[in-house]
Amino acid sequence: MLTIENLEVSVEGKPILKGLSLTVEAGRVHAIMGPNGSGKSTLAHVLAGREGYEVTGGSVRFGEEDLLAMEPEERAQAGLFLAMQYPVEIPGVANMYFLRQAINAIRKARGQDEIPAAEFMRKVREQAKLLGIGEELLKRDLNAGFSGGEKKRNEILQMAMLEPRLCILDETDSGLDIDALRTVADGVNRLRSPERAFLVITHYQRLLDYIVPDVVHVMADGRIRRSGGPELARELEERGYEGLLGTRLAA
Amino acid sequence: MATALETVKDYTGSEYKYGFTTPVEEERFPPGLDEDVVRRLSAIKREPAWLTEWRVAALRRWQTMTLPDWQKPTFPPIDFQAISYYAAPKQKERPKSLDEIDPEIRRTYDKLGIPIREQEILAGVAVDYVFDSVSVATTFKKKLEELGVVFCSISEAVQEHPELVRKYLGSVVPPGDNFFAALNSAVFSDGSFVYVPKGVRCPMELSTYFRINAAGTGQFERTLIIADEGSYVSYLEGCTAPMRDENQLHAAVVELVALDDAEIKYSTVQNWYPGDKDGKGGIYNFVTKRGACRGRRSKISWTQVETGSAITWKYPSCILQGDDSVGEFYSVAVTNNHQQADTGTKMIHIGKRTRSRIVSKGISAGRSDNTYRGLVRILKSAEGARNHTQCDSMLIGEHCGAHTVPYIEVHNRTARCEHEATTSKISEDQLFYCRQRGISEEDAVALIVNGFCREVMNELPMEFAVEARKLLGISLEGSVG
Repeated sequence: MLTIENLEVSVEGKPILKGLSLTVEAGRVHAIMGPNGSGKSTLAHVLAGREGYEVTGGSVRFGEEDLLAMEPEERAQAGLFLAMQYPVEIPGVANMYFLRQAINAIRKARGQDEIPAAEFMRKVREQAKLLGIGEELLKRDLNAGFSGGEKKRNEILQMAMLEPRLCILDETDSGLDIDALRTVADGVNRLRSPERAFLVITHYQRLLDYIVPDVVHVMADGRIRRSGGPELARELEERGYEGLLGTRLAA
Repeated sequence: MATALETVKDYTGSEYKYGFTTPVEEERFPPGLDEDVVRRLSAIKREPAWLTEWRVAALRRWQTMTLPDWQKPTFPPIDFQAISYYAAPKQKERPKSLDEIDPEIRRTYDKLGIPIREQEILAGVAVDYVFDSVSVATTFKKKLEELGVVFCSISEAVQEHPELVRKYLGSVVPPGDNFFAALNSAVFSDGSFVYVPKGVRCPMELSTYFRINAAGTGQFERTLIIADEGSYVSYLEGCTAPMRDENQLHAAVVELVALDDAEIKYSTVQNWYPGDKDGKGGIYNFVTKRGACRGRRSKISWTQVETGSAITWKYPSCILQGDDSVGEFYSVAVTNNHQQADTGTKMIHIGKRTRSRIVSKGISAGRSDNTYRGLVRILKSAEGARNHTQCDSMLIGEHCGAHTVPYIEVHNRTARCEHEATTSKISEDQLFYCRQRGISEEDAVALIVNGFCREVMNELPMEFAVEARKLLGISLEGSVG
């Protein structure tokens, strides 16, 4: 589904990703772990099409398409979703209204009619309930004054409603207490399906106790240094990045 | 509501959708302004002598006045002798029924999306159609007459309700009030007149649609609304004009009078031609709007969505004379490309326990300049008066300007004034967030801006809120990226 080959990316002239290769198949959950500054979040942003990153080499294919040639909204319309580490506030725009605009923008791009109001309401209530999101939070302005946990749960709600093919979670666990972490993980697990792939980016092994990955990659200095099964995450937890990779890492 | 953004898309490709001209035969004065012109204008309109003299006095006053220079917008000198002060579609008489209207004019309003019909879509709205200098039609007059509500063009009101016109015309904005008010008083051609009798709650929105069509003319409309004791009326005006390379002057005067326990809600969706991308052409929208809360517990509420015009220069104001009267001003002013706006309000507190609320949202994009200028004056007599002002500015891009110039004068110790102001930018983060969810960049800007203005948009009558939301998106097309 997603094929990254020798991806090189710089920010303000400084190389961050230095030849990263990764293949993610439909139905699989890949975890990417790595110390601060290893380039994890850069990877997430580049895949989603954020400005400010200069791709200096390599390629990324999403299905049959050249992902890097697409606008951010085209990537979303093609089924790529990024649950953000810091969801932004948009004052005056109700959470639910935003969600409906997003769904309809994607449907329109796919040549589908707008979602019927009743169907939308039924779905959003159902999903919100599963994520412990109250009616009141749906009516509030998007992310405005939301707690850290509320923001992250809301990201998962959007993910569930937009039904993407590829879900990228960028440090979704940061700032969550254990209960919120479990709710978020349950939300993600419910979305696992043979057609859908996940790229879970995290600093800590803790999230992977709840979202059990098929493959774990350890990133350092702009490259994937090791790949393995879920046991790699536990090994990392015991030995730390430096122990595992056997090198001193620049912070 | 859900389709607002959808519809914005439908508009893409046409920068100013209303920029066409209508080929009608017109009667018009040659350019120039002197006493003869004023007398001829008054004669064409078969006005009573008092009004002719009132106009002439205003002209003499105007001739002694000079153009103010304290405003922020700059523009080349206006040659007032180069403007034609009267242009009207040729017709023997005002059509007696809606069926007799010139088909070309009918088509114009069809194209503008407000067909001259007592139609089902706008069943809750009566419309007065002003084409250049004259009113060409008014719908639902009969229905309103049954309730005693007078809604007609001001020219008709002069003929049919001279006592009301004479009593109130110029009572809120005197002819010598300012340069443009004096000019308007001398040459005003048409506009709307509303009288709501005691205790009547006007059952439908009253609306005037102003259209400038003729080239080389100015539009000088005059609107007068009187809400008698215990009455209520909601009035809305909309405006468009053809695309032309020269600037055209629109200098209107609007006067509102609210007696005891009366309420007037006045909404404007202003979409005059703003000029092209390089700042060529566009309307100079220099307007004096003022309401007098004469009665106790009366209320006047101004809501404006200003997206058009090369220059917008106006301050819809309230004189809070009656004890416990209330004034409100809700404004959204959007400027893009080379547009300039200097707008705000004046709240003059005279009566006891008078209250005012100001919510202003300015959005600047392109190379435009957007100024909020407001005065809150609390006189000695205004025991316990209160004001709350909130001024928010949003900047899109690097080359625009936003300015806030509040004046607060308090002469009574028991008064309370609050002023809040913020300036923000649409952030890259917000745009990226929306786009990552599948929303295009332009729709994202419209969404964020509509959110920023929501407090004001909520004040608009339902029928027009959707239209106004669309307009915001269209005005800002091409402002990012």
